[in-house]
Amino acid sequence: MEKILLLGDEALAQGAIDAGISGFYGYPGTPSTEIIEFVQKNKVAIDKDIHRTWASNEKTAMEEAVGMSYAGKRTMATMKHVGLNVAADPFMNSAMTGANGGLLVAVADDPSMHSSQNEQDSRVFANFALIPCIEPSNQQECYEAAFYGFELSEKFKLPVMIRLETRLSHSRAGVTTKAVQEENKLSFPDDPNQFMLLPAFSRMKYDKLVPLQAQLEKASEESPFNKYIDGEDKTLGIIACGLGYNYLMENVRKVDFKHPILKVSQYPLPRKQVEKIMSECDQVLVIEEGMPVVEQQLKGFVSGNTKIKGRLDGSLPRVGELNPNHVAKALGLPNNFGEEKPAFIANRPPALCVGCPHIDSYKAITEVLKATPNGRVFSDIGCYTLGFLPPYNAINTCLDMGASITMAKGASKAGVYPAIAVIGDSTFFHSGLTGLMDCVYDKDNLVVVILDNSTTGMTGGQDYTGFGRIEAVCKALGVEEDHIRVITPLPKQHEINVKVFEEEIAYEGVSVIIPRRECVQTLKKKLKSRR
Amino acid sequence: MKKDIILAGVGGQGILTIATVIGQAAVSSKMYIKQAEVHGMSQRGGDVQSHLRISDEEIFSDLIPMGEADLILSVEPMEALRYLPYLNENGWLIANSTPFVNITNYPEKEEVYNKIKAYKNHVLIDADTIAKEIGSARSMNMVILGAAVKTLGFTINQIEDAIKTIFGRKGEAIVEANIKALKAGFEAAK
Repeated sequence: MEKILLLGDEALAQGAIDAGISGFYGYPGTPSTEIIEFVQKNKVAIDKDIHRTWASNEKTAMEEAVGMSYAGKRTMATMKHVGLNVAADPFMNSAMTGANGGLLVAVADDPSMHSSQNEQDSRVFANFALIPCIEPSNQQECYEAAFYGFELSEKFKLPVMIRLETRLSHSRAGVTTKAVQEENKLSFPDDPNQFMLLPAFSRMKYDKLVPLQAQLEKASEESPFNKYIDGEDKTLGIIACGLGYNYLMENVRKVDFKHPILKVSQYPLPRKQVEKIMSECDQVLVIEEGMPVVEQQLKGFVSGNTKIKGRLDGSLPRVGELNPNHVAKALGLPNNFGEEKPAFIANRPPALCVGCPHIDSYKAITEVLKATPNGRVFSDIGCYTLGFLPPYNAINTCLDMGASITMAKGASKAGVYPAIAVIGDSTFFHSGLTGLMDCVYDKDNLVVVILDNSTTGMTGGQDYTGFGRIEAVCKALGVEEDHIRVITPLPKQHEINVKVFEEEIAYEGVSVIIPRRECVQTLKKKLKSRR
Repeated sequence: MKKDIILAGVGGQGILTIATVIGQAAVSSKMYIKQAEVHGMSQRGGDVQSHLRISDEEIFSDLIPMGEADLILSVEPMEALRYLPYLNENGWLIANSTPFVNITNYPEKEEVYNKIKAYKNHVLIDADTIAKEIGSARSMNMVILGAAVKTLGFTINQIEDAIKTIFGRKGEAIVEANIKALKAGFEAAK
């Protein structure tokens, strides 16, 4: 069978389809977006009508997946690392209810923050929830992780996290696939109260979940994803997790390497193997992508005088993505570098596209704010965050999805005037609605600008649940109809747009301004496909 | 055979298509391949790069170690130099000479060209002009790929077959335009 070339994200999606999944639930977020994008174009998924449309946000996605698991079918929730914060409530509690049909939570971390606000490590969340986590090291393992993960989830009746990172999500390699399995039939949990988290039940469930950890450790000890490669030189042992294993092997294959290696791609840590390497080796180097999670956990294992090396002692960089050169340095192996980058190389910071509607919205806002030194613009997560950069210098904050409206609300009460919130259309439906309701309830004085480019732009143009209903929803949330204003962000409309902003800033209450013009990238794609 | 290739350019210039074609040629030859791409925020007008590794042995790292790239293949001259720390001392530097200027502090063109020419193994061709001359301005990326064929370890026929596989769905005219561009680049680099 010829291998097919797949991104890590795509390999996981293909694996889940072949393993008989019935529904994917997720919200776009780099680097996880390609999981569901792949499913949306997959013929088998379309023919079987596997659920593959986008959810409003990660929380609704996670809950929908839990609902499908309740009904006995295999399902996956997908999100980026910070999306798991949004889904944290159902995620943590799904460890308490457990799963019926196989339930995978695919979370793609972004160490080095290529496209994110932070570099939190989702393995911490898996450990926090007391559920197993699989961290594939390559694309074939991404594919296998779906089959294995579903089996593990159904065996222990627990959700299982699949942790990906940017470098695996967005890297392509040949993958060998298996035959497509049948989907699970509708079946209810054996225990009718399994998904009932009344405190009395929760206490009983927690009393089972905590002791279950010993069995999860045993599963890790026997897992095909973990591997112990013994070596005779015990002066140093290596624990290499996920992608860290690749960077180790990249270096090791070139030299005569005699140190014991423990590859970890399934958590909780395989206790037996960890104890072996800790007791036999003088030093243990931990190579892990993300935060020093395993390195810190090792301190809990009996280690005698074993010295633990990794990101905390400076053997490897404390922050950011690893690469083969970091690992070569930590191992004291030859480390080549080509010629240095010439000093005249200029950076090309990401920028709003030529013709982007956000440019015209920002020009109007900046002009209006010239007259008011205490005016501030609270922005959100999306392409429009690039409005911070010159030549626009148009926004002051960016915290998390939906925080533009709520931060503007708090600042407005503290005396910031005008307080302007800038949020994208997709982000508004993701987590802007509740904030806007707070504003209406408190009769706050602020202007909410919903930049409507009719797509989820930053992640490459996905559709979203609330499309076409912005005005209706704002009205339903209680915003006065006269203060829901739609404008067209075009250079020739500038004067008119400035006037609308002036009027709504002058209005004492909640105003919504909707600059509406399609994203130039999705427009280009549409025109191309029509040709 | 093992080839570690850095593909470089600016978002939208078509480096991922180059990667796809080389990747297809590698897969057809039953070789191992890994190709790391850049998606998301860094795409918007920013510099983009792809690490493409092909080998007849198993490949571990998705990233090419610094100092080990056999080839930097760039559709833009300054972008070719951004990744010099990756190039091994006998590596090839193959670049398009047409600059993509979307910043105010773009360096002097001559300075960039001189640096590229200082490498013993370099090819510097005006792929934009070559593509226009053969009536296929949008195939600039295939011209650059053509210029690299000899250093890739594939025959031009293998790359042509890969183009046919990749562009086949888009019709005969697109396939022909891309193959014409490939051949023009191949000739220009001779």
